[in-house]
Amino acid sequence: MALRQCAIYGKGGIGKSTTTQNLVSALAEMGKKVLIIGCDPKADSTRLILHAKAQDTIMSLAAEAGSVEDLELEDVLKTGYRGIKCAESGGPEPGVGCAGRGVITAINFLEEEGAYEEDLDFVFYDVLGDVVCGGFAMPIRENKAQEIYIVCSGEMMAMFAANNISKGIVKYATTGSVRLAGLICNSRNTDREDELIMELAAKLGTQMIHFVPRDNIVQRAEIRRMTVIEFDPTCKQADEYRTLAKKIYENKKFVIPTPIEMEELETLLMEFGLMDVEDESVVGKTAAELAV
Amino acid sequence: MSQTIDDIKAGYPLFLDQDYQDMFEGKRANFEEAATADKVREVFEWTTSAEYKDINFSRTAVTISPAKACQPLGAVLCALGFEKTLPYVHGSQGCVAYFRTYFNRHFKEPIACVSDSMTEDAAVFGGHNNLYQGLENAFALYKPEVIAVSTTCMAEVIGDDLNAFIANAKKEGHIPQDLPVPFAHTPSFVGSHVAGWDSMMEGILRCFTAQAMEGKEVGSNGKINVVPGFETYLGNYRVLDRMLDEMDVPHTILCDPSEVLDTPADGEYRMYAGGTSQYDVKDAPNAIDTLLLQPWQLVKTKKVVKDLWNQPTTPVVYPMGLAGTDTFLMAVSALTGKPIADSLTKERGRLVDMMTDSHAWLHGKTFALWGDADFLLGMVRFLMELGAEPTHILCAHANKKWEKELQKVLDASPYGANGKIYIGKDLWHMRSLVFTDRPDFMIGNSYGKFIQRDTRALDPDLEVPLIRIGFPIFDRHHLHRSTTLGYEGAMQILTTLVNAVLEQMDKETGLLGKTDFNYDLVR
Repeated sequence: MALRQCAIYGKGGIGKSTTTQNLVSALAEMGKKVLIIGCDPKADSTRLILHAKAQDTIMSLAAEAGSVEDLELEDVLKTGYRGIKCAESGGPEPGVGCAGRGVITAINFLEEEGAYEEDLDFVFYDVLGDVVCGGFAMPIRENKAQEIYIVCSGEMMAMFAANNISKGIVKYATTGSVRLAGLICNSRNTDREDELIMELAAKLGTQMIHFVPRDNIVQRAEIRRMTVIEFDPTCKQADEYRTLAKKIYENKKFVIPTPIEMEELETLLMEFGLMDVEDESVVGKTAAELAV
Repeated sequence: MSQTIDDIKAGYPLFLDQDYQDMFEGKRANFEEAATADKVREVFEWTTSAEYKDINFSRTAVTISPAKACQPLGAVLCALGFEKTLPYVHGSQGCVAYFRTYFNRHFKEPIACVSDSMTEDAAVFGGHNNLYQGLENAFALYKPEVIAVSTTCMAEVIGDDLNAFIANAKKEGHIPQDLPVPFAHTPSFVGSHVAGWDSMMEGILRCFTAQAMEGKEVGSNGKINVVPGFETYLGNYRVLDRMLDEMDVPHTILCDPSEVLDTPADGEYRMYAGGTSQYDVKDAPNAIDTLLLQPWQLVKTKKVVKDLWNQPTTPVVYPMGLAGTDTFLMAVSALTGKPIADSLTKERGRLVDMMTDSHAWLHGKTFALWGDADFLLGMVRFLMELGAEPTHILCAHANKKWEKELQKVLDASPYGANGKIYIGKDLWHMRSLVFTDRPDFMIGNSYGKFIQRDTRALDPDLEVPLIRIGFPIFDRHHLHRSTTLGYEGAMQILTTLVNAVLEQMDKETGLLGKTDFNYDLVR
């Protein structure tokens, strides 16, 4: 099987890292060889696999060693649950330096050192919430991830973000082979959430690849720095991630997304009652003015 | 192809040898996939046409041979003008190598300037550690009394905060608390070398005066301050000193690199030499006024002088040419109450005498010129004083306000009627202008030599000679030592211009039996 590279995007706090690690654990259970690359200065993309607080990142090790050239692959690649390989790009403290450049440096390093040449089935990039600059688009540049999965929920801002990320993908998709592969709905238990996300997916030209229900066992496992798959392989939620993994494994629907205009998105939200029908007369009025 | 020890040839005659010529020919025929000589000629001629000029001027996406340099280059020159001050560039090493070689090639002097050599991990984590180590090393090794920090694009893109970093470097003991470390943010993707000079000047003036304004009183030291701006003619620093000395006006030139950029070969290497002292900078707010010689580039400096020091910043024009120098000296006289020195009046008379002597030759000659905004204003004024006609005036970094100002200057003289102003353009634009509306001469920096070569290639009879006045001048020696300001500078420019005209006249009339009826001994 040829190496498949996938990137997981989505609004900050939506559960990208948790979903990715559970999904990857399920893939590993299926016997797949997987590498996770965390592309976020917070470096929390591999903790559930490694049972660690946060692994040493490529950039922190590079700073220690003097430069990236002084690093070797085995310094930065850690192996966790069921042989899953893990790397974290790392980056600066908030407020200094350039996190985007950190992602570029880290991914270039992994490529040059042949991290992808090993016998791998999947590489998953877990990318910081917002694609704020070119650095965070690094995973979807040419010859890197070809499949993008967007984690979202039936909340307004999560859907806005999904639409925006689709816009970003279009830029790279028209000149390269990167494609949107589906929305993963990480449920927040809002009303008619599955229908809403399916509707959004249809508008974007893609699919809701799986609806992951909300279950507190995810948090319980997370406290122990474990995925659900490892913590309680028999539980219902573990099966949900296994289904997601299977669907991704079998997925063939890769599209250039068709992001929608703001108005269309707002109409959709109004239809599902997530947004009030717009009342032009209240725009720009303060609470005091409205009370009159 | 091999050299023999008794007859070692430099590249120029060597490559004319048959074996090299055969090799070039073979390379072209077998490897370069080059177009035919006829086709190359055809395209070359097309690039000199009016049709091409229109295409060239509608260009939006690329600059070819820019008529400007980058911000930190200006900041480094500014820092070099202060006593025992080490220019320090926070950012990548290659940029600093460029500043140093650029100045090396122009001034033919070693340039002391250090970099904290930011690499990939610094770009990610921020450059504070480089700055801490760099300041500590630079202070320990080179023992400066002031370190003047500017930045390269790399540090600017990631948003390094010099103010905080320098304060932390002191707090953590990397450098002494009381070491003055003025700084300027100098991103090269905006502005140009003159903006960088201005920013560094602002940084230095603020560093030494912003927290020490108590007890300062305008006029209390009876001095005049002069800020030259991005000034590469060392004679100009000296002539300003001389003129003010002759008028018995106590003065401070704020930024004077004329020593460190002109050190003698006596066996001693001077990393620091001369320069404006810390004492003089601290005392500067006590002066009667501060004259900004290049007002179009000294925007931030002016704010410090006006708003922090409360000095009037009496407007002066760039003291180039006759009237330019007059205005400057009269402003000094009015501010200090000192009369214009007799020696200067006499010098002025000599200049006027020279101008009338040469007038017949310079009258009506046309000039295309490029350079910095203030230089161009001064040069256009002086050309018209001489009866010469500026035709194409090109400035890469000036704005629309400057364009209007220069237009007024052109409108005030009949010699300015054919003057056209181009802002934000480069030397490839200038090349089109020189071909489609041929001037008699070009005035500018060394890069103009390629335009001259091309005019000659099109038609040897229509070659447009370059007169080298500006920065950088890499291909002629010692011109940086000359003077372009004051009556003395005007004399030197006049001499250069008129002799260029006479040389050209000799060239044109030097054909034996054809044009030599005018190949005169006396001109």
